[in-house]
Amino acid sequence: MSVVRVICWLLLGLTVCAAVGANWIAPAPYEKQFRDFPNARPNGQFPLGTDELGRDRLSRLLYGTRLSLLLAPAAALLATLIAALAGISAGMIGGRVEQLILSAVDLVASLPWLFLLIAVRAVLPLNVSAYTSVAVTFLLLGALGWAGAARVIRSAVVAVRESGFLVQARSMGVSGWRLFAVQLLPNLRGPVVAQFWLLIPLFILAEANLGVLGLGVSEPLPSWGNLLLDLVNHREIAEAPWRLAPAALLVTVLLSLQVVQNSGGKLVRNRKAVAEV
Amino acid sequence: MRFARFVFGVAIVMVAAWGAAAAHVTAPAVGGEPVWGGELRFAIHSEPKSWDPLLAAEDASGAIRLLTHGALVGMNRRTQKYEPQLAESWKILENGRKIVFQLRAGVTFSDGTPFTSRDVIATLKRAMNPSLHAPMGDSLIAAAGSGLVMEMPGVDRVSLTFPAPVANPLGLLESVPMLSSQSPLKDKAVLGPFEVAEYKAGAYVQLKRNPRYWRLGPGGRRLPYFDSVHLDIQTNRDIELQRFRKGEFHLIEAIDSESMARINAEMGSQVAFDLGPAFENEMLWFNMKPDAPIADYKKAWFQSRNFRRAIAESIHLDDIVRLVYQGRATAAAGILSRANQFWLKQGLESHPFDVGLAKKRLTQDGFQNRDGTLTDRGGHVVEFSLVTSSGGKTRTRIAAILQDDLAKIGIKLNIVPLDFPSLLERIGRTANYETALLGLVGEDIDPNGDSNVWLSHAAQHMWNPNQKQPATAWEAEIDKLIAAQAGSADQKKRKAAFDRVQQIIWEEVPVIHLVNRNAVVAVSPRLRNVQAAVMNPHLFWNVDSMYLVPAEKKP
Repeated sequence: MSVVRVICWLLLGLTVCAAVGANWIAPAPYEKQFRDFPNARPNGQFPLGTDELGRDRLSRLLYGTRLSLLLAPAAALLATLIAALAGISAGMIGGRVEQLILSAVDLVASLPWLFLLIAVRAVLPLNVSAYTSVAVTFLLLGALGWAGAARVIRSAVVAVRESGFLVQARSMGVSGWRLFAVQLLPNLRGPVVAQFWLLIPLFILAEANLGVLGLGVSEPLPSWGNLLLDLVNHREIAEAPWRLAPAALLVTVLLSLQVVQNSGGKLVRNRKAVAEV
Repeated sequence: MRFARFVFGVAIVMVAAWGAAAAHVTAPAVGGEPVWGGELRFAIHSEPKSWDPLLAAEDASGAIRLLTHGALVGMNRRTQKYEPQLAESWKILENGRKIVFQLRAGVTFSDGTPFTSRDVIATLKRAMNPSLHAPMGDSLIAAAGSGLVMEMPGVDRVSLTFPAPVANPLGLLESVPMLSSQSPLKDKAVLGPFEVAEYKAGAYVQLKRNPRYWRLGPGGRRLPYFDSVHLDIQTNRDIELQRFRKGEFHLIEAIDSESMARINAEMGSQVAFDLGPAFENEMLWFNMKPDAPIADYKKAWFQSRNFRRAIAESIHLDDIVRLVYQGRATAAAGILSRANQFWLKQGLESHPFDVGLAKKRLTQDGFQNRDGTLTDRGGHVVEFSLVTSSGGKTRTRIAAILQDDLAKIGIKLNIVPLDFPSLLERIGRTANYETALLGLVGEDIDPNGDSNVWLSHAAQHMWNPNQKQPATAWEAEIDKLIAAQAGSADQKKRKAAFDRVQQIIWEEVPVIHLVNRNAVVAVSPRLRNVQAAVMNPHLFWNVDSMYLVPAEKKP
């Protein structure tokens, strides 16, 4: 493992620890309004300053990170599971079932997810807590974001299905569940894991986009999405560069995930190579 | 009189301390040789809710109505006086009971259909159709009931006789868009400076010049100067500001106060102006509709005056003014802005910020605070939702302050930002909401303009619209007072009646008036003949006289 990867793992680890330990690390509750100190510069009491309502920016960043880092992987896991189910079914069964699934994939991929999310938000019950609301948002992201991954996994399945070792296994009488579990699944682990890692930043950014539209996580809950709202007016950044902290953390996490994902893919490929030898 | 309507995002409303307003206005200079052609570009902040000009009830539809349709008289927002438009003159007779309009000769709709007195009467009949619920129709009905006699002494004369003297008859007609009764294009045939050329949902509304617009410019050439107007549907105020900076938009009707100084500094010249206190009301109201699809115990909370007043007394309005508007607003005293010095009831103040008093009121109603959570007599936890418009920081911040303030008396407030069409659907049609945070446009100094809000049968009586009979004694009293002042030409009597209306609303608090913001606008240095005014719309009300000069080339 290279030094860069080690650093990335460390950064991810630190971020996760800080987010998980927000209750202990955060200088103040994320919703607490210190109304006598709006827009404060960083100081001893507020290490990253305060927002317009006097809320401690560091505390909101820590809690927002927890939310985004918890729910984005959960949504990615859901999307990956749906994608794997669809991709494997299409690849293995073939024929009309494959056509049907691929049509469904095309349909989901062509849906204007943003409008769909706005519409769903509009019909949700009004008195849902901010946590429920954000969970539903990520659930929808997961439920709608699997189409691309399903295509990739289906292609991988087709490649494996037509590979020599699978033909050989079949000729030796291996079939059914054993063929699937012992021969197919281990060879699909690489693309499936890669899709999972790719979807995480996608969903983090999707939530951030919703936040910019004011439709993401509701007040008072912080998320990377609504914290990034501060950056819409980029002219303000020159006057208050500490406002960049959420963006800097987002970029750091996304880059780290990218590096980690690449190393994950290589690791799987290396193991496969060893197995083939 | 004009009528009140809901506004999206940061509310814009009319204004002006009598006579003081113009003193604040320092718009770009008037003058120079007019330039014909070009396109005016600015943003509206939601999809137009209705293309029927009589049903324009929010600012996007209202802007399109104003740009495309004509009325008998118009208000000069700068002088705040009525001016002839489609009617070239009028006579008010019988102490305000009768008004006779002489229509302008040779005026045609955009498709060439002649404009006649028959169109005026057909339009007024349609506007006053109770089943249509046209906002301007509500004001006419309030003044005339079913007793308005409309006559056509000629194709170019219209006579309207009210059952009793009317306080402000011109105001009743100022915002009524004249529609054709003959044209096959129906309401697509227009009398305003522009007509709708294209609408792309979610993106823009494109208007093109009406080649038959009645008003003439220099050399007898037909106005407007612009070939077209591009209304970009832009819900995000920050993006609107950025596009203005780049020169892609030529005006902004309302910018937040924190952006004002910054944009002036960045652009090297004064482009943003504080026009002074507006008549805007940013407000929270309770859904008191009996058949609303919400829990009965919540309806009982909202029906309780003690509960409503407790909420009002728990909100720190000065913090909203300071933190959200950076001081460019005023804590609202009631249904009228403090800027409206004549009509505002003297001595009326905002509800005091008094958490102790609020708790006492709640206790009187059987509410109990257990470990920081308020419960009612039935043991229900007091939790309700607040719907508001998404896409702007201002309302989000106000909502966050409300949430924090109410938490201090044990109430959990869930904030639900919705896109504007969904929001209007809930508050205007399905009544599927609990409380709402929005702004209200009042477009006239005369409170008659707000009749469509305060009358119990009106469609925009927001807390319980379209009542067949007044649901409460105090709403019945308001109905009587509004009708009494609308039918009187005696200013003292009218003032006394409207003072009482303000007092009732203050005591009953169906609506909590939060703040009156200042009108802060931005205008491109290229845009000329802008007559910035505190009345809404602040900038494009005289669009037919505005033009763009070429950008100066940088050395």
